[in-house]
Order: sequence, then structure tokens, then C-alpha cells
Amino acid sequence: MGITKMTATILRQDVIANGIYSMVLSAEEIAACAKAGQFVNLYSRDGSRLLPRPISLCDIDPKAGTIRLVYRIAGKGTEEFSTYHAGDTIDVMGPLGNGFAKKEGSAVLMGGGIGIPPMLELAKELHSMGNVDVKVVLGYRDEVFLDTEFAEYSTVYYASEDGKHGVHGNVMDAIREYGITGDTIYACGPMPMLKAMKEYAVTNDIEAQLSFEERMACGIGACLACVCQSADVDEHSHVKNKRVCKDGPVFDAREVELS
Amino acid sequence: MNTAVTIAGVTWKNPVTVASGTFGSGAEYAELVDLNALGAVTSKGVANVPWAGNPTPRIAETYGGMINAVGLQNPGIDVFAKRDIPFLKQYDTKIIVNVCGRSIEDYVEVVERLGEEPVDLLEINVSCPNVKEGGIAFGQDPKALSEITKAVKAAAKQSIIMKLSPNVTDITEMAKAAEAAGSDALSLINTITGMKIDVHRRRFAVANKTGGLSGPAIKPVAVRMVYQVAHAVKIPIIGMGGITCGEDAIEFIMAGATAVSVGTATFRDAEAPVRVVKEIEDYMRRYQVEDINDLRGCVE
Ligand SMILES: Cc1cc2nc3c(=O)[nH]c(=O)nc-3n(C[C@H](O)[C@H](O)[C@H](O)COP(=O)(O)OP(=O)(O)OC[C@H]3O[C@@H](n4cnc5c(N)ncnc54)[C@H](O)[C@@H]3O)c2cc1C
Ligand SMILES: Cc1cc2nc3c(=O)[nH]c(=O)nc-3n(C[C@H](O)[C@H](O)[C@H](O)COP(=O)(O)O)c2cc1C
Ligand code: FES
Repeated sequence: MGITKMTATILRQDVIANGIYSMVLSAEEIAACAKAGQFVNLYSRDGSRLLPRPISLCDIDPKAGTIRLVYRIAGKGTEEFSTYHAGDTIDVMGPLGNGFAKKEGSAVLMGGGIGIPPMLELAKELHSMGNVDVKVVLGYRDEVFLDTEFAEYSTVYYASEDGKHGVHGNVMDAIREYGITGDTIYACGPMPMLKAMKEYAVTNDIEAQLSFEERMACGIGACLACVCQSADVDEHSHVKNKRVCKDGPVFDAREVELS
Repeated sequence: MNTAVTIAGVTWKNPVTVASGTFGSGAEYAELVDLNALGAVTSKGVANVPWAGNPTPRIAETYGGMINAVGLQNPGIDVFAKRDIPFLKQYDTKIIVNVCGRSIEDYVEVVERLGEEPVDLLEINVSCPNVKEGGIAFGQDPKALSEITKAVKAAAKQSIIMKLSPNVTDITEMAKAAEAAGSDALSLINTITGMKIDVHRRRFAVANKTGGLSGPAIKPVAVRMVYQVAHAVKIPIIGMGGITCGEDAIEFIMAGATAVSVGTATFRDAEAPVRVVKEIEDYMRRYQVEDINDLRGCVE
């Protein structure tokens, strides 16, 4: 099944931390075919903001026909979404992007800040495979969110920049502190964290799947706004560029250059 | 009711195409909309060899518009001819190939290659503000524009459409130069050079510092330029710049355009180009317009 653009009803919206919102949408077509690591485009009602806001899927429930998005107020668009209530509607398109390639064996999931939400759906999906040992490392600036929900699927380790929760520092500090390792690393977070992850994965010869962010316009691979640099000439673009929205947002650490 | 229009000997079933660079080569949007519903598909600028484009961030949203500095990333004419043209040929729509280059020789090479291909029209981008060599030098000087138009026209099997830059003092001068040099039609407008500064980070919002402004914010400028050019030349005009709905398209047609392109609006609503076709028909029914061509330049 492909990409659907629809007007979805908001089933609930909650504040889960300071400036961080959780929104559940009734979006049957999207929930039916989405997987962890994919994202949706949300559209502002205000036509002066004409570009979509890409937000990762934090939970997908195909049975209930719902998707959950957890987002941080970062500017005018997300601020507008935060004013919506249950019963309101929102235009949404998805699922977009490739998502994580789930591997057997032991998995280490790393989420930094607003990169944490997609890790929850991934933890759920890996857990449901039954034979994957799932460890999750969550890095926060200060206030924690979604932390308790991970416990159901995985062993959870914490790092926080203010030192109030878990290891004082970032996810890399937690990895070192606890000596966490596994067969496959899955990571989503700010660029410095992804860079450190790539280095760590290459040095230790571990497969790492990194989820990227880039400014987007179309969200489906047509406009070439959202590229990242690839190690080799890409088979679609025929240059050393890959589209984050379509070829990603998840990339194998070896196929991309981080600058 | 007739919605068909003819541009340089090529008849489109309706006057709507997509703006180059906003629709790729159609493959991605074909999963969401029916390309058969469009009068023509205009592909992303293609050069003689692959171009890597500019560093990111390549775009930034602005009030009612956006700035882009993609930098004409493209896979080169060989891949385009092998992969994208056969794809577009599956549809009942005209194919317009947008061409870019760094030198006259580059343009001529691409245009000659396209002579062997089953495409309907060539749109020559001499107006991309985001790459120094992306044609803008040709698009801002009537002599240079005349020279490249002549060279491309001589090399082209298909009719050519010179795409004009709005970043000039008098666009009619450029339009007349292109017409006199043999251009069969004109496209306008390309994006307007702009800049956005992120005041929190004290940085340019796009890596290229400047970028091209597009979207609803530029529509009044585009309508004015189409009107001026329509009064200055006899060749047909494809009008564009901020079209989001049928009434916007009608505005361009009344200003003197024969056909229109929908660009940035597609990022907000993938259906926009197809919807514009429907809304033009709605307008025609509402005002009992028999032939879309009767509306052209009707504001006097
Ligand atoms: C694949 C992907 C998944 C994402 N998932 C989440 C998520 O699950 N939760 C979450 O809180 N945020 C997520 N983001 C970031 C989110 O898209 C931005 O925070 C949001 O677009 C900001 O919009 P705004 O109008 O509030 O901010 P403004 O700064 O007013 O936005 C202006 C423009 O810049 C774009 N923009 C601003 N920040 C970003 C950014 N970091 N990445 C991409 N575009 C940006 C906006 O989309 C808009 O076009 C994701 C980004 C990407 C690319
Ligand atoms: C992301 C983007 C890429 C573009 N790429 C091209 C291009 O390759 N060649 C070209 O001639 N014009 C290009 N343009 C300009 C558009 O074709 C069009 O002239 C302009 O955006 C105005 O129309 P709009 O407001 O409907 O988008 C591009 C515009 C955008 C927004
Ligand atoms: S956002 Fe258009 S190609 Fe990725």
C-alpha cells in the first residue's frame, strides 16, 4: 500500500512534558501500512505556512487504525498543532520514508531528545519479533518523557545533560558507562549524536541505522530539497546525494557522510 | 466547452502543466495523482552531465512562500533519457523537458540529444538564480539571451520555450530579445532572488545565502510581468508564480498567458495541479465560457 493524504480526526492530544505534545490520530489507511522509522507530513491550516511539517511515527496501531505523534513546539507550525483538541481534524500524508530494517539478534536503540519518539514504535516492533534482545538508551536535555512506556518492551538506560536522570551527559556517555553493546544499533537524534554513533559503529564494526532530519518541501522525493551526502554515487540521483525523505530518513551509517 | 490550448504547434488538452523542479520527472507524484489529467508535465532541469547541486539547507519557508537554492541537482541527460522519458511516455500528456547548462555548448548538447527523443517541447532555463552558471547570466542580458536562444533554436528539433527571469529591470526587453532570436514561446516567471536570515542562530536560512522565492507571495509580481510581456510579444506565454487554484490560473490567462504552471502549491497539496484543471472548468461553467482561449488577455 502506498502513501495516503487524508484529513484525520484527532482522538486525543496531551502535554507529556514542557512543550512536548502527544497527538493520536484516527488514520486507518496510514496505520495499516506504516512501520517504525517512517514519518508523516502534517499541514498547517494557515496557508501562509505552506510547507508540511515532518513528524515521526511514535506508535502505529493498525487494529485501532490510529497513529501517535510526539512532537516538540519548535516554531509557528508545531505551536499551531499544539492548540488542536480531540475532535479537531488535521491534514496528514503518509507513511513517508523507508523506516528501520529490523534485524534479529541483540538491538541497541538510541534516542536523543526529540529523536526519542520513533524509538518507541521500533522497540515495540522488535519486541514483538520475540527473539530480539532490546536495549534502549534515552538521552534528555532535562525533563524526561516517554521513559516509562519503553519499559514494557526493553531494558532502558538513561542519560541527561543536567545529570538528574541516569548518566550525566549524552547517550554516548551512557553507552560507555554501562558498556552497552549489541548486534545492531538504531539511532535517532541531533547530528552530533549521529556522528558519534557512526564513528562508534565503524570503529567497533557494528551495523548502525541512523535516522536523519533535513528541511523538506515535497516529502516524497520529487523536489531534491532534503538531500544528505552519500558515500557512493546514488543510483537514483547519479551524484553523491540521497533524498532523506524517500531514500531515508533511515540510512546505514556506512552509506552516508556526516559533516 | 473547450479547454485545449496550442503552444508552438503542440496542442495540450488543457492549459495546465507543473512548474519545473517542483515535480521531479513525475514518478513520485504519479503515485498520488493521475498525470493523464494534466495538459503537460514539465520535468526538472536537466544538464549534459550530472550536477550535485548546492549544500543543505536548500530551502526555507517564508510568509506565503519559500526560498529554494537546490542548485539544479540532476542526473544528467543520459539517465534522464533512459529512465524518465519512457516513464512519462506511458501517460497521455505532453512532455516538456526543462534544460539547464553552464555554457551555450552545454545547452546545445542537451538539446541535440533530445532531438532523438519523443518529447514535445523544450523549456530553456536561462534564469536560475541559484547557480552562477545556471543560466542566469544569459537571462539578465538581452544580448546574451539572444545569442543562446539562436544557438538553441538552431540545434533543436522541437519548439523551444525560453524561461525568463524576473530578476531584471525590464522583462519586456528580455521577452522581445528571445522572440526576435527565434523562441517559439516564453515561460515566466522563474523565482525571485531572496534571502532569509535565522535571527536566533545569526545564520542564513539556506546554505547558498540567497535563494529563489516562489509560492503565493510572488503571484502579483508574476501576473504583472505576464501582462507586460503579453503586450510586448506575439509568441504564446506559459504563466507561473504562486498559482494555487483555478482562479489564480484564470488571472494569469486574463493577463495574457496561454497556459499555466503550478509549482510550489504542489508541496502543500499534491492534487493542486489536477485540482486547478477542475477549477478552471468550474469557472468556465460558472461564467459560461465556451473556449478557454476566449479568456486570454481579456482584461483590457
Ligand atoms: C523525518 C523527520 C522526522 C521528524 N520527527 C519529529 C518528531 O517526531 N517530533 C518532533 O518534535 N519533531 C520532528 N521533526 C522535526 C520537525 O519536523 C520540526 O520541528 C518542525 O517541522 C518545526 O516546524 P515549526 O513550524 O514548528 O518550526 P519553524 O521553524 O517555524 O518551521 C519553519 C520551516 O522549517 C522546517 N523545520 C524546522 N525545523 C525543522 C527540523 N528540525 N527538521 C526539518 N524541518 C524543520 C519546518 O518544517 C518548516 O518548513 C522531524 C523532522 C524530520 C525531517
Ligand atoms: C524547489 C524548486 C525547484 C525549482 N527548480 C527549477 C528548475 O530546475 N528549472 C526551472 O526552470 N525552474 C525551477 N524552479 C522554478 C519554478 O519552475 C517556477 O518558475 C517558480 O517556482 C514559480 O512558480 P511557483 O510559485 O508556482 O512555484 C524551481 C522552483 C522550486 C520551488
Ligand atoms: S523533501 Fe522533496 S525530495 Fe525530499
